[in-house]
Order: sequence, then structure tokens, then C-alpha cells
Amino acid sequence: MAHDEDHKKFETPAHERTWIDYPENVTRIVYALYAVCAGLILIDPLVHKHGPFAIEHFWGFYAIYGFIGCVGLVLAAKLMRVVLKRPEDYYDE
Amino acid sequence: MNEINPGLILILGALLIPLLPGLVRSAYMLLLPVVVFLHLYGLPVGEAGTITLFGLDLVTLRIDKLSLVFGYVFLIATFLGVIYALHVGDWVQHTAGLIYAGSAIGAVFTADLLTLFVFWEITAISSVFLIFASRTKSSFSAGIRYLVIQVASGVILLAAMLVHFRSTGSIAFSSFDVTTLSGKLILVAFGIKCAFPLLHNWLQDAYPEATVTGTVMLSAFTTKLAVYALARGFAGTDILIPIGATMTAFPIFYAVIENDLRRVLAYSLNNQLGFMVVGIGIGTELSINGAAAHAFCHIIYKALLFMSMGAVLHRVGTIKGSELGGLYRSMPLTTVFCMIGAASISAFPLFSGFISKSLIMTAALSDGYFWTWLVLLFASAGVFHHSGIKIPYFAFFAHDSGKRCKEAPLNMLVAMAIAAALCVGLGVYPDPLYAILPYAVDYVPYTTEHVVTQLQLLIFSALAFTVLMRTGIYPPEMRSTNLDTDWFYRKAGVEFARAAARITTSLRDKLADASTGLVRSASLLGHRHHGPGGFLGRSWPTGTMAFWTTVMLGAYLVVSYLR
Repeated sequence: MAHDEDHKKFETPAHERTWIDYPENVTRIVYALYAVCAGLILIDPLVHKHGPFAIEHFWGFYAIYGFIGCVGLVLAAKLMRVVLKRPEDYYDE
Repeated sequence: MNEINPGLILILGALLIPLLPGLVRSAYMLLLPVVVFLHLYGLPVGEAGTITLFGLDLVTLRIDKLSLVFGYVFLIATFLGVIYALHVGDWVQHTAGLIYAGSAIGAVFTADLLTLFVFWEITAISSVFLIFASRTKSSFSAGIRYLVIQVASGVILLAAMLVHFRSTGSIAFSSFDVTTLSGKLILVAFGIKCAFPLLHNWLQDAYPEATVTGTVMLSAFTTKLAVYALARGFAGTDILIPIGATMTAFPIFYAVIENDLRRVLAYSLNNQLGFMVVGIGIGTELSINGAAAHAFCHIIYKALLFMSMGAVLHRVGTIKGSELGGLYRSMPLTTVFCMIGAASISAFPLFSGFISKSLIMTAALSDGYFWTWLVLLFASAGVFHHSGIKIPYFAFFAHDSGKRCKEAPLNMLVAMAIAAALCVGLGVYPDPLYAILPYAVDYVPYTTEHVVTQLQLLIFSALAFTVLMRTGIYPPEMRSTNLDTDWFYRKAGVEFARAAARITTSLRDKLADASTGLVRSASLLGHRHHGPGGFLGRSWPTGTMAFWTTVMLGAYLVVSYLR
């Protein structure tokens, strides 16, 4: 665990920093992502879907399903950690 | 020459590797897959190489569209694997790797179960050396576990063949009926190698223990040979649909919390196999094409991902997410190649996974498999989440670990560049791949509907990752072991054996104590009566006898007077 804490302490030296190392630029990327998401939701009614299932024709189905699916996946995995996580050397003799 | 299985050429060719020096060896290894490809390209479609052995007809060569598509991609993987491993001096790994590739190719082109069994077992025995070659205690143990499970798969296959021969009189490797005993056994044998749920854990256990270059070879052959075998033997078998759907879904939960990034890739390998198994289970021309196409693309992008993570392990010495981060500075090219592999496995439009997975998704959708389709869609979002984002993010970006290293060696970069070019090439222009699929393809992957719905699914998965990361909900990478089915034989089994040993030892001791006590008391008893001074062992003086004789005679006299 000591190692993980050391890891968090490291600061990238100023001369090695690139555009992506500045938090405000990461925020810019996140806003761009929000914009793309909004665009993908807005054009949804323009796309003609051919599948046989009614749910697929629901407005923004793929987007909502992908988002909820991934959040559920991560939350479930966090719960799994409670039950399944063991020390790294668990199987060592 | 037209009757020789191409796999055999590769196996025999590999045997010469230990004899060759440095550069000659490298040139020879690069040439070998090319020669085998030229041989394969010249082979006529049909069956050949029939050998009659003990009244059994062994058909050692079958060229048709299904075997060809797997044969071609196995040769591409061999070639990439050779380039990637050129810097390695260890001839054991080179020889084992090429024998392994050769036996997988050999198995694809056989048409009878006995020859299949032979190649099936050679893949197991040769590939384990790629795990042993790490030369650590844990890799040795993992290798032994891997070998036991792989060989068991072969033994079950052999038993199934005998049952099948008894009931049908044939050992042909064609389609099997899963309702019969032999059909069930063959399905289990294939299922072990295909990492079916609950039979899967050898994969996540062993692959991350192999060498940097060994894992790249391992990722290509064993499981995709099993996919080929399922497509040949069990196309349209309904049970494969729920099996495959389960395979797509459950490994991704593990992938989210796994710290070893090569093990994350092993979990997502398992998940990708699920898509192919579903395609085989649906069994229509579209879905079988999908399974074959997906296997083809998957071998290349999965090799690319393992190559990029291998390059990190090679340069940094660790592949644990908790110790990595910020490596894009040191390894910019590897970063780009890794992201191309990540985009491909996530099935982003213009990358190879998109044009192959679409076939399977469309088959599930248009044939009305509602729940299967929902699970596959969830797994598609999940694979982007844990493989597409997590792998490049934690290795190359995230928090700067402070680790600085050199870019990957040139030969590794060349192998990754070729694989990346294939991923993009197939994604942009899928027609050459569609042309070699088992059935004629009447399918257009790039429609507005496909592209927009796929982008919605993926971009909103990315949104979920971003939101969870920025709110701190996303579970951090941690040094840990997560329990999987291997717990049953690595912990429960061991504890059971220990407890059994303890109980039998104490029982034996108790039994020994009890029997020693019994013997001792018996001997004491004997000693008391028969030993020196014992009542029955005592010596009697002759006077005593004379006395008792006199008493008896006296008594006799008294009795006779009384009468």
C-alpha cells in the first residue's frame, strides 16, 4: 500500500508537461464529449431503425442503455470487490 | 506435396530452429510462415491425405472456406508473433511458439477426430513452454495447472471419439449431435479450450504468466481453434447461444476490478469469444460468417493489444495498473497502436471489430433473440468501458507514475504497426475479408443506422466512464487478487486435501495407538500368566505333586469307606 501512496505523490515536472497534463484542458475534452453526446441524442429521431424489437425504437435507446449498462457494470464490480478481493499474495505459499 | 497438411510443415520446420545461429535463425523464422502460406495457397479445395490405420480412415487434409479463413488468420498471427519476438534469444520459446502455431493450423485442416486429437494435444504441450519460459515459480505453477486442464480436454476428446466410433462407425470431424453422449463429450472438450463459463479460468490464470512474446502467441491460437471446432461441429446448436451470451457478460465485471492489465485483456478475450459462440449457436449463414469474421479480426486486434501491453511490461517491468500511468510520454507509438487495438475491440466504426461484430449483432437482432441481443449490447458497451478505455487510460494516461522508459524495440513496433494497419484496413475496407468467409456475404456494415446506434452506445459508455472517474466513484486500481473459479482448485481443493491429510493422519495415529495398546495389553496378559513367575509358567517342585497325589488317594479312601 505504501507504494500506491508514493505513486499518488508524484508530480510531473513542469518541463515534461504537455497540453493534456493541464486540468483545464482535460475539462475541455470532457465538455467536447458532452457536446458529442448531446448531438448523438438529438439526431436519434432522424435515424430509421429496422430491428424487430419495440425497445430499440425508443428515443435514444442505445445511448441510455450504454450509459446505464456501464454505470451498473462499475457499481456491480465495486460490490464484487467486497466479496472477491484478496491480498495480492493470496495464493502464494 | 498436395496432400501435406500445412501445419505439419510449420511443426517440422520449427524443429530446425535450435540448430540455426542468430541472424540466419531470424530470417528462417520470418520465411517459414510465408512458405507455409504459399503452400496453403496452392492447395486445391477438397479432402486429401487419407491414411488408413487399423481400419480407420484418417483424412489429414481438408481445404474448404471455413478452414481456409482460420488458416489464413493463424498464419498472419504466426508472422506477427515471429516479428514481435525477434529480439528474444531463447530458442525454446521460438521453437515452442512455432510448433504451437503449426499444431493449431494442423488441427484446422484435419477432417478426422484422431488427427484432430493429436494436433489438439500438441497445441497444449508446446504452448505450455511459452508459460514456463517466464522461469518464475508462479509461472511454473500456472503452467502446470494450464497443462493439466488442456490435456484433460484432449483426453475427453479421445474418449468422445471412441464412443462416437462405437455408435456411428465413423471418426469423421463433421457436425455432431449434441443429444448423444459422444456429442456432449465433444462439446465439453471443445468448451474447455473455448473457455466456456466455469471452464474458463485456465485462460485468465495462465496467459498473464507467460512471457511478453509468449502471451501474444497464446492469445491467437488455442481459443480460436476451439471456435473453429465449434463452428465445424456444432453450428446451430441452441445451447451455445446462452453459453456464449454468458461468456460475453460475466468476464467484464472481473475486467473492471482487475489490476494486472494483461489479465484484463485475458478477461476481454473471454468476452469476445462469447460473441463468436453466440454466432455459431444461432447457426444462420449470416451468423456463422459473423463468427468467422469476428475470429479473424479478433485475433489481430487482440494480438495488437497484448503486444502493446507486452511492450510496456518489457520496458517498465510491471503491468499492474496501480503502478502505471503517464507512459504516453515515453512510448508515444505504443500508445497510438494500443489505442487502435482498443478502438478495434470496442467495434468503433472504421475499425475491424465493427465490421465483424455487426454481423453477429444483426443476426441476433433480425432473428429475434431479444435477451441475447440485450446481453450482447451490454457486453459491447462493457468491452469499450474496460478494454477500450481502461487499458490505454491506466497504462498511458491517468496519473503520471513518474516512470520513464525507452520506446518499444523496433521489431515490436513493426509488428504492432502491421497489426494496427490491418485493424484499420479491415475496418475501412472489409470486402477482402467478406470475400473469404464461409458463405456469400450480402451485408453492408456502414449504414447510418449501424454507425449512429453504435456510436451512441460507445460514446455514452465513455460518458459513463468520465462521470464515474470525475466523481471518484470509479474503483481505483489496487494491488489485489480477485477470486475466480480457480479458487476451487487453488484454495478450496488444497485446503480440502490438507484437511483430508490431517484427518487421515490423526486417524492413523489413533488407530496405531489403539492397536499398540491392544498388543501391549495382550502381551502383558500373556506375560502375567505365562511369563517367569506367572501362574501357568511357574515351575512346580516334584514334592508338591507327591503331596497332591497323597491327598487324592486319601480322599478316595475316605469316599470308599463312606459307601
